[in-house]
Amino acid sequence: MPEQEYLQTPSQTVGPFFGYALPYDGGPDVASRADPDSIRLHGTVYDGAGEPVPDAILEIWGPDASGAPISERGSLHRDGYAVTGFGRAAVDRAGHYTFTTVRPGATAEGHAPYILVTVFARGLLHHLFTRAYFADHDPFLATVPEERRGTLLVEQDGERSYRFDIRLQGEGETVFIDFKGDGRG
Amino acid sequence: MTELSQEQISAEIAAVHAAAGTGPLPPHPLRDFRPYRSSTLRHPTHELVRADPEEIELVSPAFGHSDVAPEESDLTIQHSGEPLGERIIVAGRVLDGEGRPVRGQLIEIWQANSSGRYVHKRDQHPAPLDPNFTGVGRAITGDDGSYRFITIKPGPYPWKNHRNAWRPAHIHFSLFGSAFTQRLVTQMYFPNDPLFALDPIYQSIVDPAARERLKSVYDHDLSVPEWAMGYRWDIVLTGGKATWMEPEEADHA
Repeated sequence: MPEQEYLQTPSQTVGPFFGYALPYDGGPDVASRADPDSIRLHGTVYDGAGEPVPDAILEIWGPDASGAPISERGSLHRDGYAVTGFGRAAVDRAGHYTFTTVRPGATAEGHAPYILVTVFARGLLHHLFTRAYFADHDPFLATVPEERRGTLLVEQDGERSYRFDIRLQGEGETVFIDFKGDGRG
Repeated sequence: MTELSQEQISAEIAAVHAAAGTGPLPPHPLRDFRPYRSSTLRHPTHELVRADPEEIELVSPAFGHSDVAPEESDLTIQHSGEPLGERIIVAGRVLDGEGRPVRGQLIEIWQANSSGRYVHKRDQHPAPLDPNFTGVGRAITGDDGSYRFITIKPGPYPWKNHRNAWRPAHIHFSLFGSAFTQRLVTQMYFPNDPLFALDPIYQSIVDPAARERLKSVYDHDLSVPEWAMGYRWDIVLTGGKATWMEPEEADHA
């Protein structure tokens, strides 16, 4: 018998009708708004015509303030205290999303801190990964063409508030990431 | 504007498939797949930038039974009565590309009811809602990567990509792997659906062998006598050893 091959299951779009299934109470609130160290991470998702995308859903995944990954459970049932690092938020009709989370630390010496952002939407046949960076001195950012690097940086727009818009296509198109090493397409 | 015909969409699908050739093909859909009109303004035009995953991307959020109750895997007991339609069992394993089980991770599913209608408020298909069926389930994979849902076979439904467009019956799946880079949202289909050849979402995967991997198989051993039919579907979250390579890497091979 030949050795069995385990071949990757393809992606398909999240479609338009996830609204009653994927969002959940507390999904966008990775940290409590009452936590003095919490931050707001928000922005708008735009399509190639510059129009807001009203039916996208985003996930964030980030380390704690020291840069360490978090292994706390409770992302689906928030107790109001535990910070799990994972959040999920559907955009509103104006394409806008908001998370409350903690400002991450850098995961490695000499790297800039960031939150991993995953975008799903109708029309997107395979999700997109990007990173919302809180500083610009970083070996990965250095590999990104300078004129596009700014799309990966959050913009502080208030006390403990950071804006991260996502442009799926066209002028100012966000840099999306293909991770090495796992056969992604 | 004249309404697009199925013939036109099918011709576009055939043209993209022909252009893709028969060489090593990617397992995932082309993000820019014109026959699926919603992709037109929603795919990046720049190539994705390659990055080494950092520590955070090599792990996943921890989910457990504190997050998901065991009864959430039975979509037929969420209301006071039994939902209408064909009761089915959908079961399988979540594995990585080496065949290792993905343990203790979250699976979420959602689907239309037996009439092809979603509970979602923007679904305008004039088919009946079922007061006894919402169509949302969750489970945590077992130590062997296994999962098992009890549900109702969803119906096909019309959509507005082109004239007389119908989606093959499917169940949406959302999966977390052992690393966040393995995150997957996809759709599981049923064997022998006459709509496969016509559907631009299914056909957005240019590799015919990869498309086959989205079809569940009828498994008589999974069926429960006088109660429900069984469909088996295994999910593999990463590429194995002999997987499709990025063109950039293939150049060095």
